[in-house]
Amino acid sequence: MKSEKPWIPYAFLLPNALIFGIFVGLPAVYGIVYSFTEWNGISSATFIGLENFKTILTDSEFWTMLFRTLIYVIAVVPLTVVCALGLAWLLTRGLKGSNVFRAIFFLPVMISFIVAGLIWNWILQTDTGLINYILSLVDIEPVGWLSNPVFANISVILVTVWNRVGFFMLIFIAGLLNISPTLYEAAEIDGAGTWKKFRNITIPMLRPITLLVIILCFIEFFKTFALVVSLTGGGPINATRYYVQYTYDTAFGMGEFGLGSALSLILFVIMGIVTLIQWKVSNGGRV
Amino acid sequence: MKHTKQQNWILYIPLILIAIFMLFPVLWVVSSSLKPSGELFSWPPSIIPQNFTLNNYISAFQESNFTRYLFNTVFVTVAATVLTLVINTMAGYALAKYRFRGSAVILVFFLSTLMIPLEALMIPMFIVLKNLGLYNTLWGIIIPPAATPTGVFLVRQYLMSVPDEMIEAAKIDGASDWKIFIRLILPLAKPILATLTIFSIMWRWQDYIWPLIAISDSNLYTLELALANFVGQYSVDWGPLLAMAVLTMVPLIIIFLIFQRFFIRGIMMTGMKD
Repeated sequence: MKSEKPWIPYAFLLPNALIFGIFVGLPAVYGIVYSFTEWNGISSATFIGLENFKTILTDSEFWTMLFRTLIYVIAVVPLTVVCALGLAWLLTRGLKGSNVFRAIFFLPVMISFIVAGLIWNWILQTDTGLINYILSLVDIEPVGWLSNPVFANISVILVTVWNRVGFFMLIFIAGLLNISPTLYEAAEIDGAGTWKKFRNITIPMLRPITLLVIILCFIEFFKTFALVVSLTGGGPINATRYYVQYTYDTAFGMGEFGLGSALSLILFVIMGIVTLIQWKVSNGGRV
Repeated sequence: MKHTKQQNWILYIPLILIAIFMLFPVLWVVSSSLKPSGELFSWPPSIIPQNFTLNNYISAFQESNFTRYLFNTVFVTVAATVLTLVINTMAGYALAKYRFRGSAVILVFFLSTLMIPLEALMIPMFIVLKNLGLYNTLWGIIIPPAATPTGVFLVRQYLMSVPDEMIEAAKIDGASDWKIFIRLILPLAKPILATLTIFSIMWRWQDYIWPLIAISDSNLYTLELALANFVGQYSVDWGPLLAMAVLTMVPLIIIFLIFQRFFIRGIMMTGMKD
């Protein structure tokens, strides 16, 4: 549709574009500039070229943190995707009460990362937590869910899945409902069982949506921050301090705004690459 | 298929087990928040409070600035949601129904910004807020994330289905572009506006990172900031903290239970993005 007055559509876009430009566009440019400076956030910034990136890439602490973040992401993404798909499959069997179960599975999504972390922090306490009490009933010694570095990571992974699986489940449900029932009926006539139908129809038909969910999960979980703040505080001894918290602490904790900006730029590049892969793959998947 | 239906009752076993796993943390925290401090740490723990009390809730209100945090959170959520609705609906309409110089480029630009991680912008956004005098103000939390590409995208997808003829007909009747938007488009867009409203309420109520960047004055804390601050302290006062956590999560849960279908539509549209 065309307007007689050519400026009309621009007027509709203007408020959004202004706010986006000032609070997202401008910072994006600033962020790139700052990453080439040494700056404490107060006095004036000094241009130091690629020095920040050199500092970061030669800092063993950075690599340890990146590795830790990747381990977490590599564990939590497949777990979330498989659980979300499993729940979606269960809820599309036409069972009575499916709507109630769907609401229950989605409920934790309505709980913020901070509150979710806080709830589980209480439940996973070593001496007074409910989980260790339940374990004690079957004679298992108290587990340091939040005080042992390995268990702390496992706790963050489990709480992440608990908190977010319902969201991705809904996307899978939409995908499953989109598969034409005639495909299944045809397979049944050919004598295919549940597993065969799932493998030969559901999985291939869900390929594009599964890829989308994997990418969405990757992007979201790579940035996990708030959940950790209230669950483990990033501890014990940094064992659950992932990328965004590391960046935040570098800038706002240590006052290294230049270094923090460089870390943000690296995060931006990682996210960009992942998004590009998604575009490539989803276009390829659609033919 | 009758025989498969009969076998299906087995599926209730995993469904019920998962439902327990999803629900018990919430119920456990509600139960804990209703226990007096002595019972809170008793071993073995009592599943249902033996000495039911509302003391934790009373002290949450009296000893912390809870009323203040609640007010800040409600104010931020409401103002931000109104702003989000206005600017994103206008932009979404322009991109759905007008063809103009640069419209294709602007659309691609919007779609490509869907994935921009705000977390990667926290430092320069903080600087921009400071320079504009919005640091340590509630408006500093409200305005910056309001222009959300997701909102524009949802509205645009929905309004694409409005037939051009309807708008042309209104034009022939002499209605201006603005009048058409208010009188014709907004009523048609009600369902997607409901979805966007619910989304915005959820985003803002739950947001942590943005208030964290924009606020340092504890009088301006939102509930999320306050909770994060309390749980990070050396000695945690669990009773009132759990009560605050319950009070923070309950409003959203109620909104969800009432407006479920709008959530579900919105998230399912995410899946249909490309």
